[in-house]
Formats: sequence, C-alpha cells, structure tokens
Amino acid sequence: MEPAEGPADRDAERDGAGAASEPFCAWCGRARVEGDHAPCDRRLATVDPPRHCPVCARRMVVQVDPMGWTARCSRHGESTGAGGFGHP
Amino acid sequence: MTAVETGASTEDTQGEDVLAVAREQVLERGEGLTQEQVLAVLSLPTERLGEALALAHEVRMRWCGPEVEVEGIVSLKTGGCPEDCHFCSQSGLFDSPVRAAWLDKDRLVEAAKQTAKTGATEFCIVAAVRGPDAKLMEQVRAGIAAIRAEVDINVACSLGMLTQEQVDELAAMGVHRYNHNLETARSHFPEVVTTHSWEERWETLQMVRAAGMEVCCGGIVGMGETLEQRAEFAVQLAELEPDEVPLNFLIPNPGTPFAHLEVPQGADALMTVAAFRLALPRTVLRFAGGRELTLGDLGAEQGMLGGVNAIIVGNYLTNLGRPAEQDLDMLEELKMPIKALNDTL
Repeated sequence: MEPAEGPADRDAERDGAGAASEPFCAWCGRARVEGDHAPCDRRLATVDPPRHCPVCARRMVVQVDPMGWTARCSRHGESTGAGGFGHP
Repeated sequence: MTAVETGASTEDTQGEDVLAVAREQVLERGEGLTQEQVLAVLSLPTERLGEALALAHEVRMRWCGPEVEVEGIVSLKTGGCPEDCHFCSQSGLFDSPVRAAWLDKDRLVEAAKQTAKTGATEFCIVAAVRGPDAKLMEQVRAGIAAIRAEVDINVACSLGMLTQEQVDELAAMGVHRYNHNLETARSHFPEVVTTHSWEERWETLQMVRAAGMEVCCGGIVGMGETLEQRAEFAVQLAELEPDEVPLNFLIPNPGTPFAHLEVPQGADALMTVAAFRLALPRTVLRFAGGRELTLGDLGAEQGMLGGVNAIIVGNYLTNLGRPAEQDLDMLEELKMPIKALNDTL
C-alpha cells in the first residue's frame, strides 16, 4: 500500500495509547475512517506492535525486545511501549 | 477436529484405550507414545481433554519434576530473510509490514539483563537468516562476550542452518543451547518452506548435538497439517531426542502465505500439548509464540497443568507476549518453582 501524505512533523516521542484517534490504523496502515479496524485493534491489543505510523501510514522500523518495543517512523520519530499497543 | 470427524481410532492396536495404555507405558515406564498412539490421543473427543491434560501433567511431574524453565528471546537481526517460511513475517520475499533492523549491542545486553531479572536461566539470541555470515558471527561473538561480562545467564542462539565450522565456533563461544526448529512434520514441510529442506535442518541439529551444545527443536501447530502429520511430527522430534521442544501456535501474519489460516482452536492446541508430552516424557516442553491468541490466560494455565514445563516470558521476536510479571504470578499461583541457573549447567 502506498502511504498517504501525512500532516507536518510532530514531536518525536509519542505514546502508544490513544492510537484510535489518529488518522491511520497502526496495524494495517489504512485510513481509520475506511473499513472495520476492530480486528486490527484486537491484534494491537494482544500480540502485535504498531507496524505503520498512525499519523502518515508509513511502514515503521520496529524492534521488539523481551520487555518492550520501539517503532520509528522516518518522518514522525519514535514511539515506545511495553505490551500490546492498545494497553500501554 | 475429533475422532469422529477424522475417522481415527482412540484405541491402540490392542483395542485398549490410549490414555490407559499411556498411563502404564509413559507414566510408569517413561516410554513415549508411538505415532499411532499419538494420533489416537490427538483424536480423542474434546470431553476427554481434561483427562489427557491431567495424565500429561503427571508424566511431566514424574519424569521432569515441578520446576519450570524460564527463557527470554530477542531478535538480533529482524526481517530481510531470503527464505520463504510461509508462516514468517520476516521473509524478504513476502509483502510483510516487518522492516529489516539490527539490534545494537547495548540493547542486546539490556535485554539479557531484563530477562535475567525475571529469574530466567536462558537468553536466546535469534537472527532471521538462512545461516549466519561472517558479519553476523562477529556480532554474535561480541554480543555474547558483552552479556557474559554483565549478566549471569545461559546464552542460546538461533541463527539458522550452520556449517561445521560455525557449529564449532558457537560451541567455543560457550553457547549453551542452539535452537533450530524443524517446524512441522517431514511430510508437510514442503508446504511450509520451499527454499531449503527439512533434511538440511536435521543435519544442522545433528552437528549441534555432536559439538556438545544442547539441542532445542520444535515447531508451529496450525499450519494446515493434518492430525496424522502432527502425530508424525511428534515422533520425529522424539527420534531427534532434543533437550527442549518449543511449541508455537500459528499467528497468521499479514503478507505471509499463511495469513489466511485460522488461529488454532484452544482445545485442539491443548490436546496437542498433552499428546506431545506423552510422546516426549523427559523433554523440556516450552510454551512459545501464539499461546496468547490461541489459549488466552486460562488456557495458558491449563497448559502448565497439562505437560508444559517451560515458558518464554515477555515478548517474542516480532510479536508481543504477556507481561513477564503475569506469567511469573501464574507460576507462583500454580506453586511451580522457577528452575535455578545452577540446575541447568
């Protein structure tokens, strides 16, 4: 999927919580206003870190370690979390 | 799937109930079930799941003891793999959202420290590769040295297929255990991987054992295999005589050829746990990836009381697990002591 153009740069550090209010789904990368993202949210709440930037939908470089994850968008910086994306 | 649906018998060749046979053969004599017997267990109706789990737990307590081995794993090199393992989001051949990344040495050591704090005795360094090249071997060497300088924990590795020279190098580095999963039954493997063979994996495992490292070899349940193939896999693992078998349950990952498969059903997964314990009475049987989706919290406890005697705590390589504290609390509630480091050497 070709990522849509996002808004202007934001602060690098972002909290994983509250992603549902962002324009793009952090799991599938599609616009949140299109389609049903409940299955995506379930995956984010249980077994998956975010893979797409919720601001611009770019694929992020994600590293998972035993106690947390780090996701870096080339445009919007880094976000971190411990467990499921929906449950910081 | 039940025995009625598969048409398989839940009796052995003598017409006896397979759990009654297993009680005498596995629990009393410590002899693992045959392929036909494993299939009979896998084919039991769901109403007998509790009975199968209870027997598997007795077998684990009798032949392994009450201790639980705790391990943490970390991905040193993520994504960009040239192989086509159909379950894996790290293959560079699929349109997966996972991007390539390397973990730096500081974060590797920090991950080992965090793992050790949970009481874990094993820390496994994993790379998504066909086999290690010189750069990866050097990073592993430096990483192990840095971990050893700061953390008291056994180091394991999972770096794909090895040459004899690489096996010898890893043994000389002090790698305690080497993981290389056969993933599935030999007969099903071509449906899962086409870029290398089951036999190539088997050869690496034989070299690992000969070099004195412990052998860790398991697979993934729910990749479209039949119950017959699942039974075949259990006895092929038993033939290998691994020190540890990690049991994963498929997480259908987007972009992979197995993205369309269903998450395995909890009862089916638990019956598989019991059957594998009855095939491998003395082996460390570890809960690995996918248990969160397949089993949830209650199912994880049932598995721990159904033959499992080891867990991976915290997150996996690209997927997230339960918080480590949640698993440690579960072990405390179940009164299962964590295996100490001096018991593993």
